[in-house]
Amino acid sequence: MPYLGSEDVVKELKKALCNPHIQADRLRYRNVIQRVIRMPKLDQWGQAEVLNFLLRYEPRSEEELFDILNLLDSFLKSSSPGVVMGATKLFLILAKKFPHVQTDVLVQVKGPLLAACSSESRELCFAALCHVRQILHSLPGHFSSHYKKFFCSYSEPHYIKLQKVEVLCELVNDENVQQVLEELRGYCTDVSADFAQAAIFAIGGIARTYTDQCVQILTELLGLRQEHITTVVVQTFRDLVWLCPQCTEAVCQALPGCEENIQDSEGKQALIWLLGVHGERIPNAPYVLEDFVENVKSETFPAVTMELLTALLRLFLSRPAECQDTLGRLLHYCIEEEKNMAVRDRGLFYYRLLLAGIDEVKQILCSPKSDPSLGLLEDQAERPVNSWASDFNTLVPVYGKARWATISKYQGAERRGPELPDTASFATSGPLIPEENKERVQELPDSGALVLVPNCQLTAEYFEKTWFSLKVAHQQVFPWRGAVHPDTLQMALQVVNIQTIAMSRAGAHPWKAYLSAQDDTGCLFLTELLLESENSEMQISVKQNEPRTETLNSFISVLETVFGTIGDIKS
Amino acid sequence: MISQFFILSSKGDPLIYKDFRGDSGGRDVAELFYRKLTGLPGDESPVVMHHDDRHFIHIRHSGLYLVATTSENISPFSLLELLSRLATLLGDYCGSLGEGTISRNVALVYELLDEVLDYGYVQTTSTEMLRNFIQTEAVVSKPFSLFDLSSVGLFGAETQQSKVAPSSAASRPVLSSRSDQSQKNEVFLDVVERLSVLIASNGSLLKVDVQGEIRLKSFLPSGSEMRIGLTEEFCVGKSELRGYGPGIRVDEVSFHSSVLLEEFESHRILRLQPPQGELTVMRYQLSDDLPSPLPFRLFPSVQWDRGSGRLQVYLKLRCDLPPKSLSQELSGPEQKAELGDGALHWDLPRVQGGSQLSGLFQMDVPGLPGPSGQGPSTTTPPLGLGPASLSFELPRHTCSGLQVRFLRLAFRPCGNANPHKWVRHLSHSDAYVIRI
Repeated sequence: MPYLGSEDVVKELKKALCNPHIQADRLRYRNVIQRVIRMPKLDQWGQAEVLNFLLRYEPRSEEELFDILNLLDSFLKSSSPGVVMGATKLFLILAKKFPHVQTDVLVQVKGPLLAACSSESRELCFAALCHVRQILHSLPGHFSSHYKKFFCSYSEPHYIKLQKVEVLCELVNDENVQQVLEELRGYCTDVSADFAQAAIFAIGGIARTYTDQCVQILTELLGLRQEHITTVVVQTFRDLVWLCPQCTEAVCQALPGCEENIQDSEGKQALIWLLGVHGERIPNAPYVLEDFVENVKSETFPAVTMELLTALLRLFLSRPAECQDTLGRLLHYCIEEEKNMAVRDRGLFYYRLLLAGIDEVKQILCSPKSDPSLGLLEDQAERPVNSWASDFNTLVPVYGKARWATISKYQGAERRGPELPDTASFATSGPLIPEENKERVQELPDSGALVLVPNCQLTAEYFEKTWFSLKVAHQQVFPWRGAVHPDTLQMALQVVNIQTIAMSRAGAHPWKAYLSAQDDTGCLFLTELLLESENSEMQISVKQNEPRTETLNSFISVLETVFGTIGDIKS
Repeated sequence: MISQFFILSSKGDPLIYKDFRGDSGGRDVAELFYRKLTGLPGDESPVVMHHDDRHFIHIRHSGLYLVATTSENISPFSLLELLSRLATLLGDYCGSLGEGTISRNVALVYELLDEVLDYGYVQTTSTEMLRNFIQTEAVVSKPFSLFDLSSVGLFGAETQQSKVAPSSAASRPVLSSRSDQSQKNEVFLDVVERLSVLIASNGSLLKVDVQGEIRLKSFLPSGSEMRIGLTEEFCVGKSELRGYGPGIRVDEVSFHSSVLLEEFESHRILRLQPPQGELTVMRYQLSDDLPSPLPFRLFPSVQWDRGSGRLQVYLKLRCDLPPKSLSQELSGPEQKAELGDGALHWDLPRVQGGSQLSGLFQMDVPGLPGPSGQGPSTTTPPLGLGPASLSFELPRHTCSGLQVRFLRLAFRPCGNANPHKWVRHLSHSDAYVIRI
């Protein structure tokens, strides 16, 4: 158990989390939790730990929720970033049914997050940027007015610049698009090739919404005739043309001349694809492809050759006279001389297709030239905050969703986290019943040493006799709201192997029930439930024919779980 | 929380290694970390890395790597805060944080780690509580010599202009457990501002950002109450207005948790009882609206002969500070210019306020790309010519205008001489970029 600043704090927290009596009584539990929150002497580490513990708490009523949120408000203004982020996460999780409260708290945390993004400590800056990106997934306009804080400076390490560029790409809106694009354009001519390429991809991302300006910028970049820039620009064009067909004309005008500056596999593939699909609008398309075919023997990348085959065949369909000869030579090479089997197979396939007739070819190869709806799918609707709230302030945003998935798969196979014994009897671990199955109770958590035997019916007389001969072993009250539905209760108890001997009918005042249960060692538990009129509490009295405290406690917790579940259905 | 903690030098040699949970599985975790760090692909961040079943999170401080490992998914902010706090604590106890000081004080460091962390959980990082438990003394390097300027650090250092001898405060351990009568009672207060500026090629100001901190390093016994008075016209936020005139404004302010703010509203006075050691009293930010003009303006003009590849850059640097102030370049005493690494470096040791300096640089750079459609000789800069960035330090000047009016100690430690109080204002550049 962490030290948390003082012995009293530890005691209070232990009481809150490990004492089943306190947990059973909602009022007492809530008071202890509030006392814990109010702890005056906690230092920032203690506060962060407390906020972490409180993530498991579930307030029962809206009033209680807002009470707790008010108490936590001061933590949001702490000078320690760990505490501020912990408090934010707690807010987001507690208020999961109130989106406007979540938005409010995200507005409040904007200041500290932006301060962390400009902090001297590079690492803190990076962690803050990852969280900013996380927030932007749900609230894209949240940081739009602060776009200047995300401009890169030359001395920053590469990984921070990459994050900032991504953030800039995501916070673009009508007001700041001009400045952001200018800034990104400046980065495209940066000394570092990686960074320049990242900036160009970012412009490509923005181009989906602000197509014309971005295409203009990208076209200008082509004029630099720099290899690393041209290849990425052409790839961006290929993606853009697919999603935004309206820019095809502009792209086609920009393309001639690029082929001299592209040497890498990805760039060549992109260029060839564009020439194949939109070659009718590009005057010298067949001649560019002819150049590629001339050099196909020295082509090192098989992917390029495959793309070349498809593109040339497509172009042949629209400009047959110019491509016929070239196509023939290419097919001949691929079938006769090519050593890579994948390429050869494709060449053979196209050859046989051509033999089958030109209509077949058209049918197979004339695919749609663009798919704007794909863009809508990809720019998915803003994800609700609740989908990532539990990942906030953990290592998940720092790694990114994709890497985290691979890491957690690896970790899950490696070890099984042992359950801490303190938390096993947590009565507040959420409602167990999904909405549809209101009548059935889920499997109860393993209640320690207690195994109740099914179908041990006691006769009423035997019950009465045993009842009067025993003394009450345990008595407690359970908060209850509204009337009792005997059938539901009976069925719920049946599932956990507690038999109902007698039960008052619904609406009776006072309402009483007698239950019996037997465990595998033969120990009998006899229970009386009493609900007075106008009482919000159910009185439970339990008698046990053998004095065994742990089994008694387990039985009590089983009862409480059932009541808790039933209570949740109704409320 | 944390499984292991270790400190590596900049070359990867382990200086300190502490295993809290014994779950390293017999592997050399420090070696693993360093190999992973150096072998990381360029676009992945080294801040948090994953290997096998553990996460490595680290900070770089004074050339050292402070690394913590964990196998649980915990808050990165808390971890990074812990590592920074450990770095400050180690600096306080050993004098300064560096490879040499850590190697000399290994026992002290381990003792500190024992007290701060128990089984990987943070017990306390407060210097007050730790004083009671730490017994080991810090081993200090050779005593300070007046001629040894390399040990001049941030705190208490004055320029060569003023006659005050540099203090050894930078390298002296603060938290010494022996009650040294000869130990000077000193307190250093620094107002440090970092200036980030971005100016476009047409001279318009794209971005200006000031991040300021008021840092305190106290050698006084803990419990001495201190009052720091700031400029009275100091306003927070855009709507507040105090005094006459434009006033001194910042956008946001945040304070250390131990600062008492009752008199802040009325008289802009901060009260606190600082523990011994370093402390950041207040942090503030200001963007877009500097009251004073920018310290430097650069007027570049470029003549580029495309045919021969000759590039002529004429730079006119104007310092707009008031004439009495002095700017200092962070390098050697002579003015020099050199070309290397694809960049031109121009070092100016000292720039007088209100002065103007210019330099003409001629370079032969064949094969530079440029905008097409231009004649062979042009004044448009080639597209490969990057921005000019300045790095400088402005002593006795704050860009926001915030000044510390007074620093008063309420409690005089009895028997000792008057405690010395050093207050210093300083601005330095974080990223001052002017596009050409």
